[in-house]
Amino acid sequence: MRLPLLALLARGPAHGYELKQDLEQLLGSAYPQPNVGQIYVTLGRLEKSGLIEGEEVEQSSRPNKKIYHLTEAGREALRAWYEETADEPRVRDEFFMKLALAPQTGLADQITLINKQRREYLNTMRSLSKLAATESRDNRISQLLIEGAMLHLQADLDWLERCQEELEELE
Amino acid sequence: MSRTAPSSHAEGAPLLRAEALVKTHYGEGAPAHAVRGVDLAVRQGEFVAVTGPSGAGKSTLLHLLGGLQRPDSGSIWLDGVCTDAYSEARWAVERRRRIGIVFQFFNLVSNLSVADNVELPALLAGLSPKQARAERERLLAELGLEGKERSMPGELSGGEQQRVALARALVNHPPLLLADEPAGSLDSKGTREVTRLLSRFHERGQTIVLVTHDARLASAADRVISFFDGRIADDAELDTAPARRGTGISGVLELRD
Repeated sequence: MRLPLLALLARGPAHGYELKQDLEQLLGSAYPQPNVGQIYVTLGRLEKSGLIEGEEVEQSSRPNKKIYHLTEAGREALRAWYEETADEPRVRDEFFMKLALAPQTGLADQITLINKQRREYLNTMRSLSKLAATESRDNRISQLLIEGAMLHLQADLDWLERCQEELEELE
Repeated sequence: MSRTAPSSHAEGAPLLRAEALVKTHYGEGAPAHAVRGVDLAVRQGEFVAVTGPSGAGKSTLLHLLGGLQRPDSGSIWLDGVCTDAYSEARWAVERRRRIGIVFQFFNLVSNLSVADNVELPALLAGLSPKQARAERERLLAELGLEGKERSMPGELSGGEQQRVALARALVNHPPLLLADEPAGSLDSKGTREVTRLLSRFHERGQTIVLVTHDARLASAADRVISFFDGRIADDAELDTAPARRGTGISGVLELRD
């Protein structure tokens, strides 16, 4: 959450609740609602490390609100973020370990494990399709997020298929 | 559009039933055991996807179910009636009236217009030209193809051709729709389009059996059969509950830094 918040502040000063709304608007219903408490905690940490600065603003009938802006160090951190490429997604390692070790335990059959995992993925895929159908077509960012998740799942399902082909031959 | 479910021929019988289907292809080299003992029942209104690696025999299975190929052994019942004794001609009649089929490469008649491609099976099934034209107009409008009536198939995009093929398959209101890799030669936009349309027809009660290697398309079905090496490896009902923000989906969508 740290760097996305810095990125939102690159546009100009804002308070915590505004940042939450910005995130929601950008990512649509596809993204699990950002927790406002988590946002405030993260803003506090960013301020402590000198990447942003907060300024108390008095409000007549409500408690003061704090408006944050990016510091030069914050801008630098953001630049560095854009310089790096992101890590590759990883193979579902927990499932893989279960599958690899199943024959030694005598507790689970590999094909049964694959079938069970496939059902889980297919159900998630179905939920994502429905989410894509309910989310506004115009929210490109949100649609792309859902499509990305679906393509990853497709790859996981293709890989399960490969596992099944290889392991069935051994039987 | 009225698409009332046809009453079952034999009370309570599945719309489609297969028992102990076997099909081996003999070509050059070793015989290919495409289908090795498949039992399957599809109820009225079900949307079933058959997935699996290419070469697993899933297309052969679909061709057997539509009478495009005949099994070496085993039987198929349509609406409770055994098809063992059906001739080629009888299967052709079934494919006009009771089974619509769409293929990966559309299989439209290239020298007939879009309108004629859709009207032809209706005329062959005995509709008057006026009725056939009304059905064609209704379906092309439904599938977003107004204005394409006079186009030739070659002038259309892949996605559009597949929609024409879908109109042709459904023009006689067949109780059963078979789809063999309908998105197999489409881009992701075309795939989404086909997925959306199949879901829409299914919601209105259309029974569908779909063969696909695309999990996104398969997840539109409410039942997914995993086909490996000529056999059914798994047969799973998917959740029919509306999209929920459960652990699975939010875990997949969570953005981390």
